[in-house]
Amino acid sequence: MSATEAPPAPPEKPDVRKPSARRRLVPYWLLLPGILWLLVFFALPMVYQASTSVQTGSLEKGFEVTWHFRTYWDALAEYYPQFVRSLLYAGTATLLCLLLGYPLAYLIAFKAGRWRNLVLVLVVAPFFTSFLIRTLAWKTILADGGAVVDVMNTLHVLDVTAWLGWTESNRVLATPMAVVCGLTYNFLPFMILPLYTSLDRIDGRLHEAARDLYATPATTFRKVTLPLSMPGVVSGTLLTFIPASGDYVNAELLGSTDTKMVGSVIQTQFLRVLDYPTAAALSFILMAVVLLVVTVYIRRSGTEDLV
Amino acid sequence: MTQQQTEGGDVRLTGISKTYGSFTAVHPLDLTVPQGSFFALLGASGCGKTTTLRIIAGLEDTTTGTVSLGGRDITDLPPYKRPVNTVFQSYALFPHLDVSENIAFGLRRRGIRSVGKQVGEMLDLVQLGDFARRKPHQLSGGQQQRVAVARALINHPQVLLLDEPLGALDLKLRRQMQLELKRIQTEVGITFVHVTHDQEEAMTMADTVAVMNGGRVEQLGAPAELYENPRTTFVANFLGTSNLIEGRIVSTGTDVVVAAGGGKLRLPGGRCPSSAESGGKVLVGVRPEKISLTHTDDAAAIPDGRNRVAGRITDSSFIGVSTQYVVESPAGTALQVYEQNIERDGRLVPGAEVVLHWNPEHTFGLDAAQHIHAGAEALEEAA
Repeated sequence: MSATEAPPAPPEKPDVRKPSARRRLVPYWLLLPGILWLLVFFALPMVYQASTSVQTGSLEKGFEVTWHFRTYWDALAEYYPQFVRSLLYAGTATLLCLLLGYPLAYLIAFKAGRWRNLVLVLVVAPFFTSFLIRTLAWKTILADGGAVVDVMNTLHVLDVTAWLGWTESNRVLATPMAVVCGLTYNFLPFMILPLYTSLDRIDGRLHEAARDLYATPATTFRKVTLPLSMPGVVSGTLLTFIPASGDYVNAELLGSTDTKMVGSVIQTQFLRVLDYPTAAALSFILMAVVLLVVTVYIRRSGTEDLV
Repeated sequence: MTQQQTEGGDVRLTGISKTYGSFTAVHPLDLTVPQGSFFALLGASGCGKTTTLRIIAGLEDTTTGTVSLGGRDITDLPPYKRPVNTVFQSYALFPHLDVSENIAFGLRRRGIRSVGKQVGEMLDLVQLGDFARRKPHQLSGGQQQRVAVARALINHPQVLLLDEPLGALDLKLRRQMQLELKRIQTEVGITFVHVTHDQEEAMTMADTVAVMNGGRVEQLGAPAELYENPRTTFVANFLGTSNLIEGRIVSTGTDVVVAAGGGKLRLPGGRCPSSAESGGKVLVGVRPEKISLTHTDDAAAIPDGRNRVAGRITDSSFIGVSTQYVVESPAGTALQVYEQNIERDGRLVPGAEVVLHWNPEHTFGLDAAQHIHAGAEALEEAA
């Protein structure tokens, strides 16, 4: 063979600075299903409900948009006890979740060692059974004459809780306490998981640095661990408080007519009374109240500049 | 208030050891750090130097032994009760506090309310006056390092512990911080215990260096003393470079004569291991910069009384201030020679036949029972 020609020049690399039109559109194509989903199942129903809330009429004659904003005022005037109760129960349950969940999350993050994954699975384990079944189980646990009530009776704890108005003289079921217990139990994992994530991210060497700088273990917790876990505290309380304030299952199954929460009212208005405008108006009021509470809370907790 | 400096402010470790299961991180160790000194613990990673430091800080329990400070036994004191502060390797600055609150942390924990003046002084000392309100993540590595130093120093500890504090910095900044730390130490007069794997850093900064290897202290002394008179092959290789030549002792006395590589080398009797006796094996050591190179043609001009080794240059590299040669000879395959670039002989190129010669005073002897490359491997791991 004669002298071979120089090998052909390698094909030019595609210019990375100018992606093709197709490439530029890829992110939007990937976003499209999610956007469509939100549009159809979130935005449209919201608009629909908003319109329902200002309609008047009846089931027989049909509903019509009449911009009847009085429905909001009437709903609030009639059902404000349920609103107050909802916020109170949800707030109490959130606080209890925090008090129960923080030590547990701390334990998992710093002390569990090789048991960590097992304990985490145990935290999530209740989700393997239906929400309804778990709540119904509490009916048995707190039943009149059951072990819990007996022990509380014997220790005279029941007298104290009854005096505080949390329970009735000799029963726990169908009292505020039962509803708060149910809420606390059902939302506890939503508190523990963000707390754990937040605590787990704290560099253990910061604890050593604090101890080295004359901080006792208690001070180390107060001045280093707790401030650094605030993002977890905030997201945990939000994940607990927001769904708990709209919950109606716990109030329905474990409570009585005196412990109705606003969620039950909305459910009744929608499905039994069939007063759609009032139900829609109540939903929007609840949303506004929760948004307000959450905004104030986030502002106050000042977690924006925590990295 | 000024810290009361008592006469006996020495840190004294007596028989301390640390084992994790079956692994021994630190073998029983006795160590005294004199008050006011700049003391370096030097060694490759995993040699036990950081464990030793953490034992002084109280962050690690000892398996055996006691730690005392100024005559007071502090072995069982928790870290927050020890008059000792640490500059951590990763700095461990509190991310939720700004620079001045980080620095004030120790003072506040001891119930001191008006911290402003002291914090200001500290910020000046480490030249960070303008950064008081910044958060740690808004600072560069070098600035974070200085905050970590200030946060420890403001407490006027009796001992400041530094755990590879310059490890994360680039070379230029590291040199600068070495000088700065040295300046601060001279200024405040506190005992510094500095852990590092960088032998140059240890030699530049410390008054006393303890070279650690495998959980034991190999040798302890002033940097020049360690460099000139290494007692083990580990120290000879880890601290700078050494040419080690295997030989057999021919005669002992004021000067020891050793047969090596077909010739005879002499070294002062005082620089030979005490076990040396006629007929025994020994490792003859000499530092590369102590050796002169002469072309074989001019060998007659070498003055009498110098140690000579004949060989051939296999490699040379020009470093600017010096030229480094690798020479192959019957005495050793890769002898290192550093020549100052004062009068360069154009014939000294790879392949040239040369004679290496040096003053016998600069020769040291080591026990031949050791691994000849001991410290060199550790150095590669650390790099």
